[in-house]
Amino acid sequence: MDKNMKILVVDDFTTMRKVVRNLLKQSGYENIVEAEDGVSALRVLKSQKIDFIISDWNMPNMTGLELLKAVRADSEVAQTPFLMVTAEALQENVVAAVKAGVNNYIVKPFTAEVLNDKIAKIVEKMG
Amino acid sequence: MEVKFINPFLEGTVSVLKTMAFVEPHPGVPYLKKGNAAHGDISGIIGLTGAARGSLALSFSEACILKIVSNMLGEEITTMNDDVSDAVGEITNMISGVSRKLLANEGLNISAAIPTVVSGRNHSIVHVLGGPSIIIPFSIAEGSFAVDVCLAEG
Repeated sequence: MDKNMKILVVDDFTTMRKVVRNLLKQSGYENIVEAEDGVSALRVLKSQKIDFIISDWNMPNMTGLELLKAVRADSEVAQTPFLMVTAEALQENVVAAVKAGVNNYIVKPFTAEVLNDKIAKIVEKMG
Repeated sequence: MEVKFINPFLEGTVSVLKTMAFVEPHPGVPYLKKGNAAHGDISGIIGLTGAARGSLALSFSEACILKIVSNMLGEEITTMNDDVSDAVGEITNMISGVSRKLLANEGLNISAAIPTVVSGRNHSIVHVLGGPSIIIPFSIAEGSFAVDVCLAEG
């Protein structure tokens, strides 16, 4: 798997972005950029090539689901793999995310191994 | 508050802190809290609604939260800065999420609001229902913290 791929981590909590960054580094990913909400994430996606998105669900301004929908609606970035992070796996949320085109989701709290496994499965599926 | 509410919050707390902060919190004996004084120097509070309503608060001593946040971030944090407040909010959010999932397994579907964080010596925790609340005391090597739950069914 390409450990050099550029991963965008989106979360309104600074600490959670740092935690995810640390977990990604533990798995060998070094090429990480951050955004504090969906609006900032869309700006990042317009300005640089992103290979993978890890986004929190609950965020002010634009939720993770709204960001996912915006990504899938933009032909330039629509194919970018999207992993949703949630504090709870509510069935209606999962269904909504799947309908909107999420590749997978991960429930907090999670370990570096679980995160790496989710990323690997998505990348493998996408070929 | 019913005893059946205690275990999900106890388990949720241990699970989140073990996984995200690599600490093993040791629970003490739960007790009924009197008054609004917080147990620690910084607290995260989150409102709960649905099959049961009320609020959950987590209150950490300074030494305890500095160790937890240092472990979470992989860097030594020595002062009560914005990262610590931010982390307390996120920890409260995560513990609420795991605990509510455990409560949902028992048929109690509960939603949560956005957590708020209060800090400073001698601050208060005012629960949505006004109290009384149950305290589940915890300790790690560096210090103590408390899970403070005030919840009523229906």
